[in-house]
Amino acid sequence: MHLSDFQLFVLITIIKIAVVLVITLTAVAYTVLLERKVIGRIQNRWGPSRVGPFGLLQPLADGIKLFLKEDLMPMSVERPLFVAAPVIALACALVSVAVVPFGQTFKIRGVDIFEVSNVNIGLLVILGITSIGVYGIALSGWSSNNKYSLMGSLRASSQVISYELALGLSLVGVVLRAGSLNLRDIVNSQIGHGFLSWNFFGGLQFVGFFIYIMAAYAETNRAPFDLPEAESELVAGYHTEYSSMKFAMFFMAEYANMLTVSCVATLLFFGGASSPFEGWIPAFGPTWLQAILPIFWFVAKVFSFLFLYIWVRATLPRFRYDQLMSFGWKFLLPLAMANILATSLVMALRS
Amino acid sequence: MPTSVEDLINPGVDDVIADSKLHGNIDPAQDQTMVLNMGPQHPSTHGVLRVVLEVDGESVVALAPDIGYLHTGIEKTCEAKFYQQVVPLTDRIDYLCPMTNNLTYCLAVEKLLQLEIPERAQYLRVLLNELTRLNSHLVWLGTHAMDIGALTVFLYCFREREEILRIFEMVAGQRMMTSYFRIGGLSMEPPIDFYDRVRNFLKIMPEKIAEYENLLTGNPIWMGRLKDVGHLSAADAIALGVTGPPLRASGVDWDLRRDMPYSGYEKFKFDVPVSQVGDVWARYEVRMKEMYESVKIATQALEGLPDGRITADAPKIILPDREQMKTQMESLIHHFKIVTEGFAVPAGQVYQGVESPRGEMGYFVVSDGTAKPFRVHMRNPSFATLQALETMCKGRLLADVVAVIGSIDIVLGEIDR
Repeated sequence: MHLSDFQLFVLITIIKIAVVLVITLTAVAYTVLLERKVIGRIQNRWGPSRVGPFGLLQPLADGIKLFLKEDLMPMSVERPLFVAAPVIALACALVSVAVVPFGQTFKIRGVDIFEVSNVNIGLLVILGITSIGVYGIALSGWSSNNKYSLMGSLRASSQVISYELALGLSLVGVVLRAGSLNLRDIVNSQIGHGFLSWNFFGGLQFVGFFIYIMAAYAETNRAPFDLPEAESELVAGYHTEYSSMKFAMFFMAEYANMLTVSCVATLLFFGGASSPFEGWIPAFGPTWLQAILPIFWFVAKVFSFLFLYIWVRATLPRFRYDQLMSFGWKFLLPLAMANILATSLVMALRS
Repeated sequence: MPTSVEDLINPGVDDVIADSKLHGNIDPAQDQTMVLNMGPQHPSTHGVLRVVLEVDGESVVALAPDIGYLHTGIEKTCEAKFYQQVVPLTDRIDYLCPMTNNLTYCLAVEKLLQLEIPERAQYLRVLLNELTRLNSHLVWLGTHAMDIGALTVFLYCFREREEILRIFEMVAGQRMMTSYFRIGGLSMEPPIDFYDRVRNFLKIMPEKIAEYENLLTGNPIWMGRLKDVGHLSAADAIALGVTGPPLRASGVDWDLRRDMPYSGYEKFKFDVPVSQVGDVWARYEVRMKEMYESVKIATQALEGLPDGRITADAPKIILPDREQMKTQMESLIHHFKIVTEGFAVPAGQVYQGVESPRGEMGYFVVSDGTAKPFRVHMRNPSFATLQALETMCKGRLLADVVAVIGSIDIVLGEIDR
């Protein structure tokens, strides 16, 4: 059977989507395990260790448990929105992975296999889709008809909208340097002198990076900005009324967002899939190794960001609502603007 | 500064709900406030406290604590028990400081009986009470930090608390409901390896407290959440009957251990930490410093522990030794009499206050000359401190209510009895 180029493109894309989806969901499940393990060790205990060797089958057990739980729906909820909210949250969290290049360009019959789709405004796509994810949270809080959920979702909405500004502006420095919004181009602009040409080191974007990482923590509602689900104040925040798979979808969305944010940090500030010794050590080994090795570097970088996430959660207390807002508007936003100004000045002087 | 008591009377739950209806206009667009029911099942109300809040967005317009969900009728139960049978009941009042409750009750009844307690028993009582204080403060710190969002401190505190509970288990056979003190002394000699274990623990404890402080004290988020939150002026604190660390954090230098010594506290050297600020941060600081002082007192008690009996010389009140009971006729009779019909306490009434980890824990015991108390009333520090919740939280944000509840360190079992 002979396939036309278009048929082949469709086929490979579907396979890519399936593979990436499965890998992402597995990664999400194991991020949860990683979090429980790491926090366990930080807190002087073991973490999950009963299901499978080293607790490695724990995510499976959790999944089965959540599937089999009774799906409760209170009488007074707004049914269509109540059901739609977790779907929106999870879908948005998963879609943004589509534009992330996992490895270096590696084409089979003209189709790049290490990226689901190469969009020329990839960065904007990610920012846009993560913003849509707020609808999931906002709607869940409103449709639950629960005061705690409502307050949680209000906090989440205002927090995400406020920190989106700082988040977007912190990336402008990188975009200025690369001169493109295409994630592949941004990664390629950081290749040449090993880790020294990464935006974080060589590009002097460390201020941008720290703004990004703080805004990203707030954007994903993680500690120390986990006010929307602040257990000690709002019980469980916006997902108080959710159970079974609907709860699991919010849960997965949170961790998928963490993955996306870590991927973006890797791509924009730490050279994406490029090795820290790129350009210093000549390429070696067979072709398949050269194709796989960048993926290793990518995963390693993402992993270290996830680790940082978890470390921060185990260490820091939570902000108060007004402090969170003033931190975002009075500190991060001006700093991000100053960073843009400084970056463009340096670039103008250099050219 | 409110001076009249009327100003300080708290609204009840019904008042808050009714107020909210008054504040809320009939036109829904004008209705700015809503009533939020926090508890009795809520992660940060430390048990079964229910707080009804009227909130305008995130800020608190009015609030009223609602108690009684843990009422177990302990005071009434006491009236049906022999004097010595009340001791295990006092454990159940406050699961974080059983030894302090034991002590207060025993001191009160001993006052009525005019018993002379040997010095060794007094020292051991002081030692165990300071360990109890450490135990209680560790749980306070852990849960307070967890309410603010610092999860790890909790586990670190429980690591040291575990050692204290093991020490309790050594002396009393129980980790939490110790019932180790008896009217007239202690139930038995501590085991031989008890002393080394306590010594080792007291040696490492200051380091561990420094470790917690290292995790929290300098942290900007922690400071931001605690400083300038939940102010309580000295005048309000006194008017509301607040005692213990919250009172000292408001600038009143008052500690029963120093000012009205009991159980030989006058023989120990220690400082009473006081802060003038009166906010949540001040309460945090005062308690942290108190932990160092507790280690000091416990060390003095352990090092200076005299030899001698651990019970008063009162065979009609204190159960005889097992050995004696099986060999001596008289002891057997005493044993039989105490167990079956208790011992009569001279008629009268007595109040004994003790500086518990939460403030002044007082027992008011009335005797009618029989073997059962006519009335036992407990004056509980948490109850009075909870009254101040409204004064501290009004006009603040919702998150501050959680911080304040954490800082006043209440135990609901003690409030509801």
